[in-house]
Parts: sequence; structure tokens; C-alpha cells
Amino acid sequence: MPEGGTGIGAAVKRVEDKRFLTGRGNYTDDINRPNQTYAYILRSSHAHATLNSVDTGAATSAPGVLAVFTGADMETGGLPCGWQVHSKDGSPMHEPPHPPLAKGKVRHVGDPVAVVIAETYAQAKDAAELIAVDYGELPAVVHMNDALAGKSLVHDEIGTNLCYDWEIGDEAQIDEAFAKAHHVTEIDIVNNRLIPNAMEPRAAVGEYDRSTDEYTLFTTSQNPHVIRLLMGAFVLSIPEHKLRVVAPDVGGGFGSKIYHYAEEAIVTWAAPRVGRPIKWTCDRSDAFISDAHGRDHISKAKMAMDSEGKFLALKVETKANMGAYLSTFAPCVPTYLYATLLAGVYSTPLIYCNVKAIFTNTVPVDAYRGAGRPEATYLLERLVAKCAREMGMSQTDIRRANFIPADAFPYQTPVALQYDSGNYTATLDKAESVHDVAGFEARRKESEARGKRRGIGYSTYLEACGIAPSAVVGSLGARAGLYESAEVRVHPTGSVTVFTGSHSHGQGHETTFAQLVCERLGLPMSNIEISHGDTNKVQFGMGTYGSRSLAVGGEAIMKAMDKVVNKAKKIAAHILEASESDIEFKDGTFTVAGTDRSMAFGEVALAAYVPHNFPHDELEPGLDEKAFYDPLNFTFPGGCHICEVEVDPDTGVVSVQRMTAVDDVGRVINPMIVEGQIHGGLAQGIGQALLEGCVYDADGQLVTGSYMDYCMPRADNFPSFSAGTEITLCAHNSLGVKGCGEVGAIGSPPAVINAVVDALWDLGVHDMPMPASPQTVWKALKAASPAVAAE
Amino acid sequence: MPTVSMTVNGKKVSGEVEGRILLVQFLRENLRLTGTHVGCDTSQCGACVVHVNGDSMKSCTLLAVQAEGAEVTTIEGLADGDTLHPMQEAFRDNHGLQCGFCTPGMVMSAVDLVKKNPKASEHEIREWLEGNICRCTGYHNIVKSIQQAQQTM
Repeated sequence: MPEGGTGIGAAVKRVEDKRFLTGRGNYTDDINRPNQTYAYILRSSHAHATLNSVDTGAATSAPGVLAVFTGADMETGGLPCGWQVHSKDGSPMHEPPHPPLAKGKVRHVGDPVAVVIAETYAQAKDAAELIAVDYGELPAVVHMNDALAGKSLVHDEIGTNLCYDWEIGDEAQIDEAFAKAHHVTEIDIVNNRLIPNAMEPRAAVGEYDRSTDEYTLFTTSQNPHVIRLLMGAFVLSIPEHKLRVVAPDVGGGFGSKIYHYAEEAIVTWAAPRVGRPIKWTCDRSDAFISDAHGRDHISKAKMAMDSEGKFLALKVETKANMGAYLSTFAPCVPTYLYATLLAGVYSTPLIYCNVKAIFTNTVPVDAYRGAGRPEATYLLERLVAKCAREMGMSQTDIRRANFIPADAFPYQTPVALQYDSGNYTATLDKAESVHDVAGFEARRKESEARGKRRGIGYSTYLEACGIAPSAVVGSLGARAGLYESAEVRVHPTGSVTVFTGSHSHGQGHETTFAQLVCERLGLPMSNIEISHGDTNKVQFGMGTYGSRSLAVGGEAIMKAMDKVVNKAKKIAAHILEASESDIEFKDGTFTVAGTDRSMAFGEVALAAYVPHNFPHDELEPGLDEKAFYDPLNFTFPGGCHICEVEVDPDTGVVSVQRMTAVDDVGRVINPMIVEGQIHGGLAQGIGQALLEGCVYDADGQLVTGSYMDYCMPRADNFPSFSAGTEITLCAHNSLGVKGCGEVGAIGSPPAVINAVVDALWDLGVHDMPMPASPQTVWKALKAASPAVAAE
Repeated sequence: MPTVSMTVNGKKVSGEVEGRILLVQFLRENLRLTGTHVGCDTSQCGACVVHVNGDSMKSCTLLAVQAEGAEVTTIEGLADGDTLHPMQEAFRDNHGLQCGFCTPGMVMSAVDLVKKNPKASEHEIREWLEGNICRCTGYHNIVKSIQQAQQTM
């Protein structure tokens, strides 16, 4: 792409930035409807209790209060789950009801009990304090082992806390391989529970128009059409043509804004009952106890190897916390987005994984940036690092010995996926060079001279995204296909509006998607508008998650543009009195091949809308095309992350000195945006490894319930990153793109922890949990070598 | 209810507010200046940073009535008409924002840093930003943006 261009490969400055930089963004809480009221949700203060009574009398007569509703008032459907997983015995997962407002029982701190609607937010909040709830406290199950032991039942009606007991692979065959192995390396792994914390708290505005019987919901969602479908069809029984859902500017999602949440249904349901629009905005404190959490796995894994360190078989047993209810995507995260990734970049021939999904009295757990793939990568890359040490091999030799070779694609893994392309040696080589691994020993000595320990850690990872091929996910239990749609509407004077079912909440689609149009239709950026997030404008969409926007949504736009060009050629041929097959389209101009007769794109567009002599049986007026794209396969980004840390053995403080990421994300449309996505992912991955951890006490109270307790990464927790790409093209989409939104968060946590372990290995610290906070590191040092910590 | 008067983005404004109303609520709800955001309820995130009498301040840490008579500048008042402030331009040039939610507070805080410490090192920039949380960018490009603005402000 030439310098200064705006097509594929150009680092175009973002179109959306000006409004965000001048305070003109339009987030849900910025929306104020005429005659608007305010909702406050009273939430359970107990992790597990019967609701003996909820007395709303005093609240109802408090100043400014318009209505108070409880679960007894809200006779609607429950919040649905989008995936169904079957246990290994063939039985479907347990799927207990999830009422928007609790009925009979509360199951986690934060479970909604009542909603107060008042003239002002302060009045609603004040009145909520007057609601008298008689809770019958029950023992809470917080730890998954306690839940499995049945110490208390989260859902009495299903008689167990085990949601499903799923497996992939042939356990007997695997056990045979382990019996013959030269060496077996075992590891216990905890993937710490995280709280997503998009900076914009969730919000929702519900509105009802009595004259048309139409509902409108403005909401902080990554997928407004999915919310319309789930809430309309399953919860409130409102048909799609009477329900508009708008997700305007959304301040980050990271997965947490995929799901259909209770508050969306509550404000929409209550709007006609109050007769006025209702706004609900989540306080950060309530976000901690109501946004779906992420991760939270406990696993045992072991790798069988031959005498050369070749991987023969991998066996994994995982317990995955579902929380108190099944959130929209929850069941697929520890199964189809996790166990299917356990081959990673390695040619391990046999893999078995058993997953037990468990209900506990905690906030529901669902996808968070990476979803399942970070858990698989962390387990595998920690295990591989340990394998190398036990086999006396270097961290890179063991990886190189087991990489799927670059000429082995398409490569069928033993866990269902078929990888289409990749070159893992190339990303490792480049990362080692960019990181200056050769200089590590000198840097280590320099650190040691200052009394610090320095370590280096690797992660060579792979992920599956571009979610998802509908036939595949259907066979895996998805209750809906996951294609994407686009409409490319050419206006009479040649400008273009693209309507996409993808949703941008920081990813920069308004820029990247416009670059696709520049490239294909030869138009300037200023003539292109990307429209998303409104179900009344965009025909349909499955939204943005699983790094799918470009690989699925972008492909749908390409397909719609192909249709536009094909029709425009017919129009040009008609007007230029040439054969359609002689019309060439290049750089925005239609030309009769071999002649100087041509029409600009805008001239064809105008002709399309104001025709005088179209042969109407062959050529309809207008230039507006729709397309649906369903990918043939997942895409498989991968790469190498190398982390270098310095640990202060006196204090346990870990500081990241160098963080290098070389990722294969397929073709790069906008390198500036891709790098930014990788940076953000790295920060969340390093955050998981060193800072962030959700803590519940034994009674199910969230201890890390604010920014004073939950350690959000700050600027001074990081160095500048070194992020680059080394690409192979996706083999099954036209753009060759793979996806870049999650790679940073997937690949980096094991690189960080492997580096910490490397730094402390000689001091006897051979394992390290996440987050490796100063206290955790100091305790590990003390346990390994009391003399060191006592110094 | 008490009445409060102040100058916001060069314009004299006044309004009746409950005593408990925070400056950020007054800006967002009374004046409909929704560029200033609320990202937490414990004064940690910094999405609500504005300038009060020339200093950056979290507008959730002040009651509206405490800003009586103050000169307040919000993100809406930073650009000169259609010409972006050099810090805004730097954030755009360096992809210093993604979802845009923390951005107004980040930019207002950064402007104050460069005014007070024009030659701040990368380390000093990162330390200054301790009170502004961004979940999207990993801060890398925010630091680069501020370094550009050190040259252009």
C-alpha cells in the first residue's frame, strides 16, 4: 500500500477518534429521553438465602418513587443460555431457571431482588434502603470442591451442583500411552478468576411508545441483535418488529457485554408499566457483583514424552466454575473454546480432557477476553516449560521439537479442530530476535549485581477465533449459527453506507471496515460511513466477540461489495452500450476493456437511482446489496510471547522489564489498530498474571469488590511493549485475516509466570500461582528457602 | 436547594443542586456535558478528570457546591473550535484511545502533566497516570501520545 493510502495495509488514523477526543461520544448513560425516570436495583447482600418476604411498602411511598417491582411481580421468562453441552453419559447439562428478579431464593451476592423506579436516581437509591427483605440465610458453596461435595445446593430442584461432566478423547487409549512413556510431567494449575472491568459500567434505557406499541432498549452491548432475539423471544415475548435495541458507543466489552443481562429485561418490561422511559446505570460497586466474571478453572494435567522429549499424550482434568446461573455463553467456554485448544502448536497425537462444570454461590462466569483459550494456553505452556526442565532441554528446544511443521497444514488435531495455516518456528525465531534473547544472560548478570533476580519466559501459543462456522458450532451445542451479515448501500451520488452486524466498542471498525471499502470500491474515506449497533438500521447481526468482526463481519462486507460491483457492471454496460463481460472495474472507474469509454463509480451510482431507460426485466434500479457470510472454519492466530521480569527477592515485587509479542494474525488491514489491540491484550494478560485476582470469602462475600481491592493494571505496571506480526494468511477467507483482539490476553500470562519461575528457580521456587503479587512471591520464596526471605 | 454558580468552558452557569450532588453530576446532568465520564464510585478510575482553576481534578471528589465560583474546563472546552488541542491531536496520531471512555479524563490529566512537568520522563509519565485507568490500550500508546504532546504543546 503506498504511503498515505487508505486501503488494506495502511495505518489510517481512526475516523471515530475526533468525537471521543472532544467529549462527543454517545454512550448509553449519555442518552437522556424526554420525561425519563431512573431505576435502582436492590441486590442480595447474601450469597445464598431464601427470600422469606420482600416488603416494598415504605419504599413505594417514599418521595419521588413511581414503582417498586420484585420477582413476584415480574412474570416473564428467565434469562436464556445460548449453548447446550452434553455430559459424557449423553445427558444434557442442567439448566436451572434464571429469573431477572430473584424468585424464592437468592444465589449470589448481587442477585437482583427488587427494582425501584423514581424521578431521580438518588430518590430510587434512597427508597431501596426502605425495602425490608427477610432473608433466610443458607450455607453458601464458594469453592468448587465444596460444591461438588454437595455441602449446599445452589439449585435445589436439580439435586446436584454439577452442571455437566464432559469429555473429549479416548481415556483408555491415553492411559495406555502414559503407561509406555519414557517420562511423565505433571502439573496442578489454577486459572484465577477475573473481573472484566470495561471502563464504561453497564447501563440500559428502556422506553415504550404507547401509540405504536413499540419498545426501545438502549444498552451497553457487544451484540444488540442477539439481545433483541434473546430478550424478545425468550424473556419478554415481544416480537422483533416491535422491539428496537440500540447499542450506541460502548466503552469496552472484553466479553462482559456479550450476554443478555437481567437489567436490560427489567427496564424494558417496566417501561410500559411506569409509562415513562427508565434509565439504569450500574455503579462500579454493583458492576463487580453483577457483570459476568471470567476464567476460574482448577486443573490437573500430565504430559507423556519419549526419550527425545516428543509429546506422546496429554491428559487434563478441569473443574470450571459456572457461578450461580448459566450466563449466555458460559457452558461452551470450558469445553469447545478450551479443550479443543489443548493441542496448541504441538503435534501431540493423543489428548484427553474431562471437564466438570460446577454451580457455586458466586456471580455467573462467562467469556472474558480469550475465553477458554487463555485457560488452555496457560495450562499447556506452563506444562511445557516444566517438561523442558524435567527433560533437561531448553525452553525453545522442547518447543521446536514438538511444533506442527509449517508444511503440515491443513493439520487435523486430535481434539476436533483442523488448523489451516501457521508457521510457529517463524514466529518464535522472530520473537527471539526482536526480544534480543541473546543479550539476556548479560542483563541477568546486571540484575544480579543489583541484588535482583531476572528470568525469561516463553509462550508459543495458538487460538481459534473468527467465531464461528455455524455448522461446526451447531454440532458442538450452539443454539444459533454464528454467521455475520452486511449491507452495502450506495447512495445516488456515490457515497456509501455500510451496515454491519459487528459492533465496535473500541476496535475501530469505523476505520478498518472503511478501509475495505476504499480498497474494493476505490472511494475516499470521507465518502464512507460504517453504521452499526441499531437493530432498526442493520438487518441482522451476531455481534462482536471471539475476534470475529473482520474474519466474519469483514468477509460479509466483502461479499456484499462483490454484489455491488457485479450489479454496477451491468449498469455501466447498459449505459456504455457494451457487453457486461467487457466491463472492467479498477480504482473506482468502470471501463469498457481496451477503450477509453468509462464511467466513474459515482456516475454509475446516480444512473442506478435515476434511470430513464433500464430494461426493467433484467435490471432493477438501485444499488444496495446485502450478504451473509458463514465461515468454513475457525481462524487460527498464533505466535510467540517472550517476557522478561526482574524480581526483588526482598519484597517479592515482580517488574516486567521486556514484553515481546510476535503474532500471526493473518493479513493486517490497519497495522496501527492491530498493534493497539495486541497492546491491550498484553496488558490484560500481564494483569491476570501479576495483579488481578477475584477473591471471595468463605461466606460468598466478594472481597475484591472495588478498585481499592481489585488490582487494575495502571500505566506504571508495564514497560513499553514490543509488538510485531509475522503472518501466514488464513486459507479459507478472501481477506486472509485471522483476528487480533484476543491474542495478547491468550498468549501472555504463561510467558510472565514462566519468567517469574525462571527468575526464582535457583532459589527453590518451582511453581507460582497467578496473580504473582508481591505477597505471593515473597511467601513462595520464604517457603522455598526461609533464609532468603528472612534476610 | 442551594444554588451554585461557576464558569464552565468560559461560560457562566448556575443551577440548583442538592447538597450531595457531585461536580461530575452537575456537569453531566445539569449542564448535559456528557464528555466527562463516571467509571467508578471510589475515585480511582480518573474518567471524570476536569480542570478546576487550572488544576486537573477528579470531578467525583468535589461536591458541586465546592466548585462555587470556580473556573472549570471539561473535555468539551479543550479544543479551539474545530482545531484540536495538541494533546487531543497527539492521542489521535498515536492511537492513544480505543473505546474512548477513559479518554476525556486521560487527556485532561495529561494536559495538566505537560503543563506542570513539560520534560517528564517515560517513568514520570507512567507514575502521573496512576490515577487514570485504561482497560483498552495497555497505556503504551497513551505514553507515546503524551510524549508527542510534550513537543507540540
